[in-house]
Amino acid sequence: MNPVPTAENPFAGDNSGIQKRETAARWALRAGSYLVVLTTAAIMLHIFVKGAPVAFQSKWPFINTQFLTELPATLHVIEGKQGQHIETDVNGADAVKKQLGENFLSEKTISYSGGGILGPIVGTALLVVVSVSVALFLGVSCAIYLSEYAKKGKFLETVRLAILNLAGVPSVVFGLFGLGAFVLTAPKFVDVPAERSVFSIPLGFTTLSFEGWDTCVLSGGFTLAFVILPVIITASEQCLQAVPQGFRETSMALGATRWQTIRYSVLPFATPGILTSSILGIARAAGETAPIMFTAALAFKDKLPWQKDLPPLPADASIFAHWEQSVSRFLGIFTESVQALPYHIYTLAAKIPQNEYAERAQYGSVFVFLVLVATLAAASIWLRIHLRKKYKW
Amino acid sequence: MAANSPAPAPEEPLIRVEKFNYAYGDHQVLFDVDLNMQRRDVTALIGPSGCGKSTLLRAINRINDLVDSARVVSGRITIDGVDLYAPEVDVISLRRNVGMVFQKYNPFPRSIFENAVYGLRVAGVKDRHDLEEAAERSLRSAALWDEVKDRLDEMATGLSGGQQQRLCIARAIALQPRILLMDEPCAALDPIATARIEELIHQLRGQYTFIIVTHNMEQAKRIADRTAFFYKGKLIEEDDTMTIFNRPNDPLTESYITGRLT
Repeated sequence: MNPVPTAENPFAGDNSGIQKRETAARWALRAGSYLVVLTTAAIMLHIFVKGAPVAFQSKWPFINTQFLTELPATLHVIEGKQGQHIETDVNGADAVKKQLGENFLSEKTISYSGGGILGPIVGTALLVVVSVSVALFLGVSCAIYLSEYAKKGKFLETVRLAILNLAGVPSVVFGLFGLGAFVLTAPKFVDVPAERSVFSIPLGFTTLSFEGWDTCVLSGGFTLAFVILPVIITASEQCLQAVPQGFRETSMALGATRWQTIRYSVLPFATPGILTSSILGIARAAGETAPIMFTAALAFKDKLPWQKDLPPLPADASIFAHWEQSVSRFLGIFTESVQALPYHIYTLAAKIPQNEYAERAQYGSVFVFLVLVATLAAASIWLRIHLRKKYKW
Repeated sequence: MAANSPAPAPEEPLIRVEKFNYAYGDHQVLFDVDLNMQRRDVTALIGPSGCGKSTLLRAINRINDLVDSARVVSGRITIDGVDLYAPEVDVISLRRNVGMVFQKYNPFPRSIFENAVYGLRVAGVKDRHDLEEAAERSLRSAALWDEVKDRLDEMATGLSGGQQQRLCIARAIALQPRILLMDEPCAALDPIATARIEELIHQLRGQYTFIIVTHNMEQAKRIADRTAFFYKGKLIEEDDTMTIFNRPNDPLTESYITGRLT
């Protein structure tokens, strides 16, 4: 209870309704903020407590290398009569059973929960590389055009509105769009068009057939690119707008063309911000599940994208002698379907029976995934600080 | 200086502004401006804020083309008889011949050297020797060489304000333009830096045709041969600087120079 104003202290609070409402509002807002912080902390702590023991171990090298370097596999758990639980993979199961002999009680198999998560990590990395390259090229071009070339008016407003709408499209819709556009109809060069080809244009030496790229890194990467495109365009445009107009005027007054002005006096100073936003775009692309479900990701794959049953390159000469084959094999990586971290987590959580072993794989994957995203965020902050120092005005 | 400038020269004026009307969208800012500027004169444009003097300046090198809504309503500006707004005029080569120095000194956040040769670089000069020669020549003309010759590779933004503005002048004259436009070049500088810029203009007078927008009437008196007074988008009076300041024809001019009109 606040004291009321008196002759001795005329400035004491009068405990009026106004003061009470002020106190109530302050506490309500404070409680809301604390709740947000608490929730975030609880989520992080939960994942850390459950996931860290999977990714780390008490023995050297302290990181569970098996979890990070092996492909997912089916986990076999063999119970003995003395209550042992022996975990092994499909190849070790028989040996363990023989060793237990009379003691063998039962065998459980848990899909995807054994081995490691190298496949999903590699798949996510490839998807991110493709999507960020495509999104940066399209997004920065678009931002430069909107910011530097387009005249203010109806057209510009329409384009901005379209971009804003793109940001509001649910990600599963992007997935369906990717399925229709990239998986089933995107053009590619083939010798003989497939039967499902929408239409094909013969070019003499080859045929441009609109038959889609199939479920692969390329399809998924392009789909993800459209998911993060609005973020990249908006952020890039803001970064370009933040470059002082004086730089442009001065540059043009010195006889530079518009492109020279952009190239020498606008882009270098907008790059730090553009890169920062693109790294946030990476985190977004890495985390999306719906857009890659139909376009790139498999629930399970026992090979990495570059592990194909191809004859080895002849070893008689340097790799440059077979550069065409080397290049086509390298590009072949991008036409493979992959596993991806978010989809792997979804599979582990929703597609297999739940038990302690499945849970361990889930939390391990989530933990690794969060660490990756946090690393990217930290990298973006570091990059921003570093480049700001270099290009300040 | 201004007092002994010759009576109207028989020579053709270099720049002619003829019945020039200019607008931003629907908002007209210049009305029927007629103004001739002689070769190698220093012309000061004075007038209260918003009177259109900066717009006229920025119309001469067409830098105002960058403003989306800006447009010529009617009339023309010619340099040596060539209409600047004719479709066959290339703004890039126009701007190489008409340099500009802005109110806020704004060197690029690059090295002093790179700032000095920016115009040459974008014009396609690649030879290192040519660039170095041009940098030295223009920095000397801008009275900056002795102060910066040992640190050409340092950031230009580390210079003092006055030095930065002289670097901007050096950068503009590196292209050896015929005309130098200056938009309140001393507005952001302290009195000592201002004095150095004015001194520099005195040194360069005769080599270039200067057009200077200024709010400082003392400055106009000190540096200009001719002075033009603008009010609300109209050219009120244009004459010898001394005539404008001592015996103005128009009562508006008089009330402005005596500080009764703002």
